[in-house]
Amino acid sequence: MHVPDGFLDAPTSVATAVVAAAGMGLALRGARRELDDRTAPMAGLVAAFVFAGQMINFPVGAGTSGHLLGGALAAVLVGPWTAVLSISVVLIVQALLMADGGITALGTNVTLLGIVAVAVAWVVFRALLAVLPRRLGSVAPAAAGAAFVSVPAAAAVFAGLFAMGGTAPVETSAVLTAMVSWHVVIGLGEALITGLVVGAVVAARPDLVYGARSVLAERPLVIRDAQERAS
Amino acid sequence: MSAGHGHRLHYHGHSPLHRAPGHLKIAGLLVFMLTVVSTPRDWHAAFAAYAVLLLVLVGVSRVPPRYLAARMVVEVPFAVFALLIPFVATGPRTEVLGVSVSAPGLEAASALLVKATLGVLAALLLAATTEADEVLAGLERLRLPHQLVQIMGFMLRYLDVVTAELGRMLVAMRSRGVDPRSPRHWPALGRALGSLFIRSYERGERVHLAMLSRGYTGRLPDLGRTTHRHESARETLADGAEAAAR
Repeated sequence: MHVPDGFLDAPTSVATAVVAAAGMGLALRGARRELDDRTAPMAGLVAAFVFAGQMINFPVGAGTSGHLLGGALAAVLVGPWTAVLSISVVLIVQALLMADGGITALGTNVTLLGIVAVAVAWVVFRALLAVLPRRLGSVAPAAAGAAFVSVPAAAAVFAGLFAMGGTAPVETSAVLTAMVSWHVVIGLGEALITGLVVGAVVAARPDLVYGARSVLAERPLVIRDAQERAS
Repeated sequence: MSAGHGHRLHYHGHSPLHRAPGHLKIAGLLVFMLTVVSTPRDWHAAFAAYAVLLLVLVGVSRVPPRYLAARMVVEVPFAVFALLIPFVATGPRTEVLGVSVSAPGLEAASALLVKATLGVLAALLLAATTEADEVLAGLERLRLPHQLVQIMGFMLRYLDVVTAELGRMLVAMRSRGVDPRSPRHWPALGRALGSLFIRSYERGERVHLAMLSRGYTGRLPDLGRTTHRHESARETLADGAEAAAR
């Protein structure tokens, strides 16, 4: 869910906008390393893909529905810098052209979903990949784990922001408990879908998966002759 | 596909609001909403004035109010959340229709709802009166990094292509008895999204190569000055790239 206008006070909104701008500036430089002059078309197409993925709604119950956030998915598939750019661009387009998420809350939304979720997902993904056996089959479970952690992490940061600049007198601990426990459930769905999608891409085109590169590079070239294969 | 059909929320018109330059409208929206958000919640007259101002602008834009009202539903999930606040907020309790709720929580929730509603209406008005190209040109004139505006331009340009591709996949799944929304069929949905990613990525590579062959050097020409879209070099470059990418 996007944070709308009026949820956080103006100073907090401006502060998160500064954080978001700094993060996107760093990501622009980082993405040039990941993609060089392919950045604009590739990040644009990835953003369109993330947007399309978010269009599929899942009924959560009580008349509401949830959808994929895509931070972990994009980070594993195209690398963290390009993921930050793609998710941020999706959020900007949603705020300006689809009235989804307030314009004063844009900095908050970019910080939470574009920067915190992607950064947490990438760190967890690398950590899991280091622990799991080093083969291609580990990439999808690691991506699922990263997706699972990233959603409640973004929710916890939101609770922190709400404690600083919230406009409703609700106890911080209550907000934190409610946000994190609710988003653990959302995180489960996010983890399942992320794992399945990454698994499907790894099975078909492992060379496209940024997060699989370190594993692919180590994969030894196995040469089998015809007789060996026959036996 | 060519970007000229307007995006989904755009309402075709020729009002002064439609003709106003994009950067003014975006900056205006930002200033307006920052003012709304920083207004203390007990200044009821100020909020009434904001609402009147917005309604006057809606009148000037000649976008039918029903068109905007139907699209206000994006706010619903948040409204449900705001309705919960009075029950969980701290502070002295008060009675509303026989139910005990927190008085400051009730005030905060109504202020939240008012501010969020103003925000959604103002954003809808911007979206309804501004073409996607004009939003991009506006952002460029507001000194957003060129690279970022380019990424946004590519996303908007290919949004309909990619979503239509997903739509065809979902139709194919449904016609084979698969319900993409049900967790039971998530493995099939995962594979569909996986192949959507591969197709999008490969499309990006084709577009990039086609642009290179037409002299792309990392900047798109004329992004800030597209008044007649078919005359601009940017369109020629990107349209040619698209044709070659098919």
